[in-house]
Amino acid sequence: MSAHPILQARGLVKRYGRVTALDNADFDLYPGEILAVIGDNGAGKSSLIKALSGAVQPDEGEILLDGKPVHFSSPLQAQDAGIATVYQTLALSPALSIVDNMFVGRELRKPGFMGQYLRQLDKPAMRAFAREKLSELGLMTIQNIDQQVETLSGGQRQGVAVARAAAFGSKVIILDEPTAALGVKESRRVLELILDVRSRGIPIVLISHNMPHVFEVADRIHIHRLGRRLCTIDPKEHSMSDAVAYMTGAKEPGDKAA
Amino acid sequence: MTQSAPKGQSFEHDLEKSDKRVASFEAHSKGGLHRLQHILHGNPTLVPVIVLLVSVAVFGLIAGGKFFSAFNLTLIMQQVSIIGILAAAQSLIILTAGIDLSVAAIMVLMSVIAGNLAVYSGWPAPIALLVAFVGGTVAGLMNGLLVTKVKLPPFITTLGTWSIFYALNLWLSGAQSIRSQDIDANAPLLKFFGEALSFGGARITYGSILMIAIFGVLWYMLNHTAWGRHVYAVGDDKEAAELAGIRTDRTLLSVYMLAGFVCSIAAWASIGRVGSISPQSFYEGNLQSITAVVVGGISLFGGRGSILGALFGALIVGVFQSGLRLSNVDVLWQVFAIGWLIIIAVAIDQWIRKVSA
Ligand SMILES: Nc1ncnc2c1ncn2[C@@H]1O[C@H](COP(=O)(O)OP(=O)(O)O)[C@@H](O)[C@H]1O
Ligand SMILES: [Mg+2]
Repeated sequence: MSAHPILQARGLVKRYGRVTALDNADFDLYPGEILAVIGDNGAGKSSLIKALSGAVQPDEGEILLDGKPVHFSSPLQAQDAGIATVYQTLALSPALSIVDNMFVGRELRKPGFMGQYLRQLDKPAMRAFAREKLSELGLMTIQNIDQQVETLSGGQRQGVAVARAAAFGSKVIILDEPTAALGVKESRRVLELILDVRSRGIPIVLISHNMPHVFEVADRIHIHRLGRRLCTIDPKEHSMSDAVAYMTGAKEPGDKAA
Repeated sequence: MTQSAPKGQSFEHDLEKSDKRVASFEAHSKGGLHRLQHILHGNPTLVPVIVLLVSVAVFGLIAGGKFFSAFNLTLIMQQVSIIGILAAAQSLIILTAGIDLSVAAIMVLMSVIAGNLAVYSGWPAPIALLVAFVGGTVAGLMNGLLVTKVKLPPFITTLGTWSIFYALNLWLSGAQSIRSQDIDANAPLLKFFGEALSFGGARITYGSILMIAIFGVLWYMLNHTAWGRHVYAVGDDKEAAELAGIRTDRTLLSVYMLAGFVCSIAAWASIGRVGSISPQSFYEGNLQSITAVVVGGISLFGGRGSILGALFGALIVGVFQSGLRLSNVDVLWQVFAIGWLIIIAVAIDQWIRKVSA
């Protein structure tokens, strides 16, 4: 792995009432890599990425982007800083079109009077840009970019959410359980999409339960247990059963951990 | 997507031969009813437009020239203009998955305030109206703050503010109307929207034109500005909108304030329409505005429907009332028919929303 982590967290704590979702969690993501985050249900994976993406504010600890401490009080701030997240729930607006969803919060306005004073959206430019981004990711074979998102299949929606995350010059893309709700074929397509995004040089955090998928695409695996990072392993040096054993506490990671 | 070595799990290798274009966007080819559902889904105002045209045609046949005259058709416009403007404000709130039971109460309160200042306190009418506009916006802000900051459900919030605004209105007016002659003598500007352009039998009031203009402006804002897209996104799924980077509370506050402002414009128009200023007027206006919105195909669940639907909804209600009256049908059957309109409109909305990929 090259030099310095692009995104780091140190000692994150997040409590919900009496539940401690994050208990002194650390995190490191290096440039150009796919880092998988695995852990049992309730281990705190979603809480970790929500803290990294500004959706929740940690009670303690710090987050560093490019080595500089950052504080996100909303997802918008994290996005502006270059951290794009595809949430488990996708965070798409089902009744809005593909274009509207891709541009939500970053709409383009017409030049001149109409845009400046009447705040008119530049719909043709937005359509063209959305079409270009979807094509780049091989998602745009034909058809209607004004289609409402709720008329799309699960895999298509995931595609739109990933395209939105990748479209706006992000430094980091976080994906929470992108294949959990998908069938075999759709999952495969999404994995290809992830590899494709990495090949553009954007590092990816992949939260997943699916061991075969994780071992297939990840460069490193962050194992989360009881609200903190237990260890980070190299998928080439560990087996899936090792990972599952660490994750569930059946086995403790020895000095083999990377 | 080029990978040399066969990637993936062994059980997936056969997939190489299968169609992998799951994430492409293909046309649908399904049965007729399914297609209808899709068409309505994409064009939520289609139903109210058809209902409006059909009901005009049917009442034209039944009631004949009395109904189908330029005079009567423009009269319907006048009759629905105030509820229509309130329905425009109501649409904004309902698009955010809220509901506003206080729209008519804000309107009446602001008409009383403008009337008191201009007629009794001798303020210049434009200043009195300006106070009413600010007052309506502040009333909307109050609803908005209760919904976003105190996190009360909109239904409860506006049920409460309905009572509060109504009580304030009775207190300020002493439950007394301001007479038409007094308005004419002191502040004729307040009745501006009662004036009309007449040609032939048609009589188009400025109030009717105002209603159309308000719908036009709001339609533009909702469909051609980022703000409008955010209103839809917030109504559709607030949590998703927040995660996607929308400041949802700000959007909601702006919607409630704008709705309050539109109600205060309705206050001005209502003085022209009614002639006097009565604290007891439009007591059912809150519910009538909701009726227009629902009949216009805007989903009570938020995020779906066009604001123009509410205009058509208001007109449908007006056409039914006028048509049934001119056909000499007892008033109770007007009420009966509008009840069915509401139920059928919501049932159709439920069906359309079940559209699947
Ligand atoms: N908003 C919340 N309110 C209360 N408890 C929460 C909330 N979000 C997560 N938790 C709790 O925090 C713990 C970690 O949850 P989560 O981060 O979703 O885990 P994972 O994604 O690994 O399944 C769980 O016990 C969960 O119930
Ligand atoms: Mg989770």
